[in-house]
Amino acid sequence: MITRRKFLKNTIAGIAGLALPAAGAEIVSPRKLFAARNDTISGPNVRWAFLVDTYKCVGCGLCVKACKLENEVPYDANVTRTWVERYVLTKDGRIHADSPKGARDGFTTSKIDLGEGRFHDIKKEDIDKAFFVPKLCNQCENPPCVQVCPVGATYQTADGVVLVDRKWCIGCGYCIMACPYGVRFFHPVYHVAEKCTFCYHRITKGLKTACVQACPFGARMVGNIKDPNDPVSRIIRTERVSVLKDEYGTRPQVYYLGISREVI
Amino acid sequence: MYVHGEAWTIKELFVLPNEYIYWSIQIVMYPFMTGLVAGAFVLSSLYHVFGIKQLKEMARFALVFSFALLPVAMLPLQMHLQQPQRGIEVFMTPHFTSAIAAFGIVFSTYGAIVASEIWFVYRKHLVRTALALRNRANKRISEKIQSLIFNALTLGVYDISERALHQDEKAVKVLAGIGIPVACFLHGYAGFIFGSVKANALWMTPLMPVIFIMSAIVSGIALCMLTYIVVMEIRKFLAARKNAARLTHQTKEEIKGIEINVIKMTAKYLLFFLIFAISLELLDLIFRGYTAVKTWDILRSVIYGKDFTDIFILQYGVGNLLPFILFLLPGLTVRRTLIGVILVLFGVFMMRWNVVIGGQSFSLTFAGFMHYHLPIIPDSIETFKEGLFGALLVFATPFVLFWILNKVFPVFGIEESH
Repeated sequence: MITRRKFLKNTIAGIAGLALPAAGAEIVSPRKLFAARNDTISGPNVRWAFLVDTYKCVGCGLCVKACKLENEVPYDANVTRTWVERYVLTKDGRIHADSPKGARDGFTTSKIDLGEGRFHDIKKEDIDKAFFVPKLCNQCENPPCVQVCPVGATYQTADGVVLVDRKWCIGCGYCIMACPYGVRFFHPVYHVAEKCTFCYHRITKGLKTACVQACPFGARMVGNIKDPNDPVSRIIRTERVSVLKDEYGTRPQVYYLGISREVI
Repeated sequence: MYVHGEAWTIKELFVLPNEYIYWSIQIVMYPFMTGLVAGAFVLSSLYHVFGIKQLKEMARFALVFSFALLPVAMLPLQMHLQQPQRGIEVFMTPHFTSAIAAFGIVFSTYGAIVASEIWFVYRKHLVRTALALRNRANKRISEKIQSLIFNALTLGVYDISERALHQDEKAVKVLAGIGIPVACFLHGYAGFIFGSVKANALWMTPLMPVIFIMSAIVSGIALCMLTYIVVMEIRKFLAARKNAARLTHQTKEEIKGIEINVIKMTAKYLLFFLIFAISLELLDLIFRGYTAVKTWDILRSVIYGKDFTDIFILQYGVGNLLPFILFLLPGLTVRRTLIGVILVLFGVFMMRWNVVIGGQSFSLTFAGFMHYHLPIIPDSIETFKEGLFGALLVFATPFVLFWILNKVFPVFGIEESH
C-alpha cells in the first residue's frame, strides 16, 4: 500500500531526477559555446547595420542578381531577399512606382509596370523627379517577426541579425504577415520562411555582403555600428540619415541617405 | 518552381516582390470553425450555468456538437502549414511572445473541459449501457466491442446513486462555468492573432478579439440551430413511418411542438448576439473613417471599392440584415428559421473572409492591390489544401464526427441525461 507521504516523496524524487539531464543541457548551451568561439566576428562589440546611399543607385539590379546567386534563392522564382524600387514623380503630383521581378534584370524600360501585364509609359518632360531605392531586411532592433514566431524558429543573433532555422520553421507564415517591410517569403525549395540575412555567413568572416560587393557604385554599405571608426557607423552618426517605417516601433537598422518622403 | 501564394494571387499596381496572399482559404476556415466551437459551447452553457430551462434540449446537443467541432478547429491550421509534420512543435516548444504559441495550451485546456463535461452529463447513460451490455449473454462481436467501449468510458466508476448524480450535476455546472471564459479566450485570441499584427492596417485593432467572440457566438448558435432543425426533420420523418415509431419515443406532433419552441427561444439569443457583433463591426469601421490616419486612403479604396460587394452586399446585406428581418417578422416558422440561420452562417463566413483575405488585398506600399482567386480544381497538393475542396473537407468533418459521437453520446431520446 502506497502512502501519501511515500507518493509525494517519489514524485519529487522523480521530477528532480528528470530535471537533472535538463540542467546538463543548460550547461552546454550551444549559444554560449558558439559565442565562446573566436573564429567569427560577433559578440557584444558588434552590431551589424546597413547604409544605402540612394543618390548613388542607378537601378542596375546587379545587387539583386548577386544576392539570388549567393543565397540560392531560385533565379526565376518571383521572390527575392533584396530588391530595388523605382519612384517616378510626375508634374501632375502623382507617384508612380514599380519593381518588376525585384529589379533582378535592372530597369531597362521607362515604362512603369502596373502588374497584370499592363504598363504605363511616362514622357520625360512630365517627370519632376525620379530615383531608385534598394530594399532589404532592416534587421530590426525590435523585430516583430521574431516576436510572432510560434516555435522560436526565427531569432536575433547577439550581433543583431535576424535568422531563420530551416530545420525548425513550421511554415505558418505569421512572420511574413508581421513584417511591415515585406522582406519575408517562403523559400520555393525548402518551403520555410526565408529572408535577407545581411549574408551572415560572409560578414561574420570579414567579407562584405554579396549585394555590397556587387554594387558598382557603392550605393550599399554594411558595417558595425558599434565601431566608431567604421565608415558606415561614422556616416550614420555624422550625416542626416533616415530609416523606413519607424512608426511601427521596430527600430530598423538599414539607414538611408537621400530618401524622399514618397518612399514607404 | 512554384512560389507559395503565386497560384492564387494577382497583383495590381505597386506591390512588393515578396507579397502574396499567404494566408488563404484555410485561414478563413480557422476562425470560422473555432468560432463555431466556441459559440456552440457558450450556447450549451447558457442552460448549464444560467439555468435557462428552455434551452435544455439544445444544450446537450450543442455540447456534443462543440466536441465534434473541436478537432476541426485545428485541421485548417495544420493544412495551411508549409511543414505540417512540424505542427506539433507549437505544443512542444512554444515561443510565448507569439500569439499562436498559446494555441496548444488554450486548445488542450478547452478540450479537456468539454470532454469532462460531456463525461459528467452522460455518465448515467454510459454506466447503464455498460452494465446492460456486460450482463447480456451470448454477445456478438459488435456487442463485445460496444461493451468494451462503454465500460472503458465509465472509467471504472459505476456509482449512479442519487447522491453521485447530484455531484455530477454540480461538476457540470462548474465545468460549464469555467468553460465559458475559456471558450471565449480560445476564440478571442484567434482575434488577437490578427488584431495584433501591427504591419496590417486592416487587422490592427484592439476590437478584433471582441468582434471575433461575438460573431463566434452568433455562428455557433446558428450552426446548432441548423443541425438541430435537420436532425428534428429526420426524426419527424422517422416518427411518421409506422414501423419505426417504436424506435422514437415521441409522435410527429410532439416533436414538432418541441422543435418550434426550442427554435424560437434560441433565435432570441442569436439576435441578441448578432446585434452586438454588428454594432462592434460598424464601430470599428466608423472609427477608422473618422480618425482617417495614414492608412485610411488604401483601406477606404478596399472597403468601399474593391471589396464593396463582399463586405456590404454579401456580409452585411445578405448575411446580417436579411436574416435579421427574417427572425424579427412575427410568426417564426421552421422553414424561415432554416433560411435565416444559413444566411447568418454565410454572413459570419464572409466576415472571416473579408478580414483574412481583405486584410491581404492591399500592399504594404499602400499603392497596390492583390486579388485572391480561390483554386477550385486542384492541380497539386497545394491547390487542394488551400482550395475549395480543402475548405469543404474541413467543413464536412465535424458532421461526420458528430454522427460518430452520437452513437456513444446520443443527444436525443435518453431521459436520464442531465
